[in-house]
Amino acid sequence: MNTLILRNTIICALLSHSAVALSETDETINKKLQALEQRLQAMEDKKAAESSIRRSTKQVNNTGFNPAISMILDGAYASYNNNPEDYALPGYALGGEAELAPEGFSLGHSEITLSNNIDDKFYGQFTIAIAEHDNEIEVELEEAFFETLSLGSGLTIRGGRFFSAIGYLNQQHEHAWNFYDAPLIYRGLFGNRYIDDGVRVSFVAPTDLFLELGAEAFSGRKFPAGGEHSNVGSWTAFANLGGDVGVSHSWQAGLSYWKADDIEREYGTHAHGGAVIEVPVFVGDSDIVGLNAVYKWAPNGNYREQNVKLQFEYFKRDDDGAVTLLDSIPLETSTLNGEQDGWYLQAVWQFAREWRAGLRYDALDSDSQGSDPDVLDEVGLLANGYEPERSSVMAEWVPSEFSRIRLQYNHDKSYQSSDDQIFLQYTFSIGAHGAHQY
Amino acid sequence: MRNNLIKKQIIKILFLLLVTVFSPLHAAINVFACEPEWAALAEAIGGDDLIIYSATTSMQDPHHIQARPSLIARARRADLLVCSGAELEVGWLPLLLRKAGNASIQPGQPGNFMAADYVVKQDVPNKLDRSMGDVHAEGNPHIHTGPENILLVADALHQRLSEIDVGNEKHYLSRYAAFEKRWRLLMAQWKQQVKFLQAENIVTHHNYWTYLNQWTGMNVLATLEPVPGVSPSSSHLAKIKKRLSKQKVKMILHVSYVNDRPTQWLSEQTGVPVLTLPATVDFQGGQTLSQWFEKVVRQLVSVQ
Repeated sequence: MNTLILRNTIICALLSHSAVALSETDETINKKLQALEQRLQAMEDKKAAESSIRRSTKQVNNTGFNPAISMILDGAYASYNNNPEDYALPGYALGGEAELAPEGFSLGHSEITLSNNIDDKFYGQFTIAIAEHDNEIEVELEEAFFETLSLGSGLTIRGGRFFSAIGYLNQQHEHAWNFYDAPLIYRGLFGNRYIDDGVRVSFVAPTDLFLELGAEAFSGRKFPAGGEHSNVGSWTAFANLGGDVGVSHSWQAGLSYWKADDIEREYGTHAHGGAVIEVPVFVGDSDIVGLNAVYKWAPNGNYREQNVKLQFEYFKRDDDGAVTLLDSIPLETSTLNGEQDGWYLQAVWQFAREWRAGLRYDALDSDSQGSDPDVLDEVGLLANGYEPERSSVMAEWVPSEFSRIRLQYNHDKSYQSSDDQIFLQYTFSIGAHGAHQY
Repeated sequence: MRNNLIKKQIIKILFLLLVTVFSPLHAAINVFACEPEWAALAEAIGGDDLIIYSATTSMQDPHHIQARPSLIARARRADLLVCSGAELEVGWLPLLLRKAGNASIQPGQPGNFMAADYVVKQDVPNKLDRSMGDVHAEGNPHIHTGPENILLVADALHQRLSEIDVGNEKHYLSRYAAFEKRWRLLMAQWKQQVKFLQAENIVTHHNYWTYLNQWTGMNVLATLEPVPGVSPSSSHLAKIKKRLSKQKVKMILHVSYVNDRPTQWLSEQTGVPVLTLPATVDFQGGQTLSQWFEKVVRQLVSVQ
């Protein structure tokens, strides 16, 4: 339309112009006409380009605003030499989700995650995990948090329920783990992982070397804390450093601290001849120190074809208080001065586009003392000199970013009678393409 | 008397230093480019007024980048993010954005520039299904392989830079105008050089060169990856081999960062030459956008 008007104006201008300047030759008029035609053509080209840009914008419909949805299907076939019900970790009274997966076929965590930017200032994420324990379907609210996007200055605040930044692996979803099961130290200290309700503040420094400092305040109701707290029940502080060495190597190292005072930590139930169930409870103060380091290598930094990942974590927990077996008659109780520490080191090598292999070694130690060693022994807090360890090897086939079949073997010396464990696991992800943490 | 003068001078110099250090007008703009082609384009348009960091190199598959600590640290200080978009960086960029604590580069902000928003995208799927591989709902994101797209993005980028670096518009406009003029000239030459490829049959590895194929008028007979992002199986390769025996094929186009074993196998079996084109600008090695594309054209010409 506009170009049409323009064209008419140009023609009118040309006509009036030629009428006035009769002396001009046809040639010069033709030249001017040509120049104008060219300009017109240029404008039309630009218009066409602009309209093609407009065409490329997506059609907006209702579903366009739906959050990103992704679903994890996870299951395994497990085989043990020992009875998995007999599992124990001497020196570490277990709690949380520390038990072994049942023998034979079983489902792992089936997860559904919804996430999206809420508006220009906030991001939100929600994850539920559905798992079966003792023939009962349990729905766990794993994550439900918001996070700020617009504070700037390297600051981010997260609030709600989320995976604590206490350890490197703790912040990863189970389907992003490189092995079927949690490292022994995670099983022993956190009951596989530490999640709670609270708030996190983190700060990334404006430096080329990655430096992140942060702190979290939690309700303190979740294992390995516990009990009711009128304000902050547990808190953490963490620092992470990281960077690249050349184009092929990258690394991250972290230090973290967790503290919870006046807690009532409930360990797993404890049966006596089937009838009486006694619940061991620790009352007192607890703190954990954690160290972690991750190193990755890929030729030219191209992770597609080949890469190596090394991962190390160390944790040490100090407990100071008393342990009581609730519902025991007469009431069994002992003071507790406990020290538990352990580490794992793992290496995963992606040697071809669709294949990975990995090795992992776990080692734990503990030293717990109290007024009544018999009570501590009954609860499982006395190792009597035993040091749990485990070696694992795995191989996995990853045909696409959305599917994985894994075979893993553990030589497990968690307790005195060593066990051979084999897992065949599938993990599939349906829906939105998630971004994975470093 | 003299001492006083020197004092005054020193104060004056200190004051000037302070002004230059803290003046926002002269602060260089930090650009975080997801891919080297956009780092090179930003360099062409912004020159020394920009501090440019490219998150990836030409030897890396931009689909598969780790959200490394160093990238978070760089994103933290960026004033402008220049990326391909169209979900190319979906596996890592969202995480960088969330972890960096940088408000100015979040989606919807002027500091968030997605090149694919400014061009007409090809390969937009009619249907979304993962059985079709790692498809991008918004279309093919490798838009830099089409030289005409570079012009469209350059136009949008110089406007965006002017929006962010207020008061410096003239600088970007003049550099953009020079770049545009030169690129158009080169493009006309390149087009002439690859004219012989019009309607020639080729085989590609991944649909990486879609926009280049479109620009040269080459006809893609088959793609080695059965669906995007999935490695070619031997049965799929055998099928392509059979097809190639019946038709005249000029070459097998390959990308520098992908394992070339399947491509080499097919080439040996069929006698069709493999042409491995550099995926993008070697920005870290000091290459410019036009130097890279010139190299691409030169290699294409070599199969004549």
